[in-house]
Amino acid sequence: MQAFPCPFCGLRNESEFHFAAEAGKVRPDTTVAISDEQWASYLYTQNNVKGAVREIWMHTPCAELFILERDSVTMDVIGSAALRGAS
Amino acid sequence: MKRYSAFRLIREAATGNQGWVPAWRTPTPKSHYDAIVIGGGGHGLATAFYLAKNHAISDVAVIEKGWLGGGNTGRNTTAIRSNYFYPESAALYDFSVKLYEGLSKTLNYNVMFSQRGMLMLTHSEPDMEMATRQFNAMRINGIDAELLTAKQVQKIEPMLNFRSDARHPIHGGVLQPRGGTGRHDAVAWGYARAASALGVDIIQNCEVQSFITEAGRCVGVETSLGPIRANVLGASVAGHSSVLAELAGFELPIISYTLQAFVSEPIKPVLNSVVLAPAFGTYASQSDKGGLVCGGGLDRVPSYAQRGNFPVQETVLSGLSEMFPALNKVKLLRHWGGIVDVTPDSSPIIGPSGVDGLFINCGWGTGGFKAIPAGGYLQAHLMATGSHHELSKPFDLSRFVSGHLIDEAASSGIPH
Repeated sequence: MQAFPCPFCGLRNESEFHFAAEAGKVRPDTTVAISDEQWASYLYTQNNVKGAVREIWMHTPCAELFILERDSVTMDVIGSAALRGAS
Repeated sequence: MKRYSAFRLIREAATGNQGWVPAWRTPTPKSHYDAIVIGGGGHGLATAFYLAKNHAISDVAVIEKGWLGGGNTGRNTTAIRSNYFYPESAALYDFSVKLYEGLSKTLNYNVMFSQRGMLMLTHSEPDMEMATRQFNAMRINGIDAELLTAKQVQKIEPMLNFRSDARHPIHGGVLQPRGGTGRHDAVAWGYARAASALGVDIIQNCEVQSFITEAGRCVGVETSLGPIRANVLGASVAGHSSVLAELAGFELPIISYTLQAFVSEPIKPVLNSVVLAPAFGTYASQSDKGGLVCGGGLDRVPSYAQRGNFPVQETVLSGLSEMFPALNKVKLLRHWGGIVDVTPDSSPIIGPSGVDGLFINCGWGTGGFKAIPAGGYLQAHLMATGSHHELSKPFDLSRFVSGHLIDEAASSGIPH
């Protein structure tokens, strides 16, 4: 088993974690008219990078979302941080 | 191409087996082709074959960064079926099953398609109702399907656990009799041999490093063996589709995950079908060598590593031993992983990439092997004519903007 670091609970078994999304996606401002393409891109487009990735994960027992940085090829964990205050 | 036949086998045996030649040529790449196919897996090789056979375009190069069928074509569990829910999917996958039915003859290469039946178990009354829904959808879609009671399931797979105190007792199942398994390597090698005989250049160990674009149109690729140009390009690179899209300058709604598979030591014949137990998230069949071939769901971590993680291994293998308690002591021979390209609706993407001159065939996710003949056939049609075949139209990349998703993930018990 691989251990992932929850910023709140520390190292835990990977099966306790749930992948939520790639980090850095910003929801379009829907108070103004946006195109179907913009909305579809927000909903579906993925960078799906081979190598260093920055993702939002949930640690399901504490139900906190956080930033997980890792390598999608070697599966090494680079670091994790709470969402609040993360750049 | 010298035909393979029983007569040839006997003649070669009598003359010391001196007449066999490599199944495909290994040419040095030319600087220009009519068409380039990126990716020498099943889909890419099939694309090249159908370009030559159906559209008389034989000046084709297949560019493969590794070896033929070394990706997902050689890493799947060889199941072939078309038991899909939506009419668009059923038409697409059944077209593939029909091509598989004649493939050994078409290619003059035994792909060992064995229509032993694809059996999905149900474990409760509500399961049975959902199975009836699936069965009805299949029949309406014109796919062969049978709804089975537990007794009928027992006739097909007596090794399953039918005890009433089983973790998930068996209530019945849905059978697609025409489903089954094929020999995965033979599919790649058969298409390669037939395509090569029609004049297609198969170039292995040649990695695409960038795309050559002129006036907004993709006109070729820079490779580890130098630049190769073409009038039209098509890519079938499965789990690495996003990497290729980044190079070419278009975007995809794909996440790459690892999908694991397992094979046991060879044992005497015990399984008659491809049997899937959704409650356990496990399915299994038995190879012609006797190995139990099994798999399950995706690893839950986006990944480009061609190896799996332990939680899924535990789920799949504990499921297998619950399904077949008698096989508890059977040892695993190998397990491995492949990188699968998963779309938001678990349906493939076939069509223009958004970059002029480049077509994509990807997003098959966990079920690409069964679709190899159809994927190749439809991609060849696109590359030759520039427009969609009727069957591939619903699977265009534009469906994510228009909202016409074909959500097969919601209609199957397991993402396969």
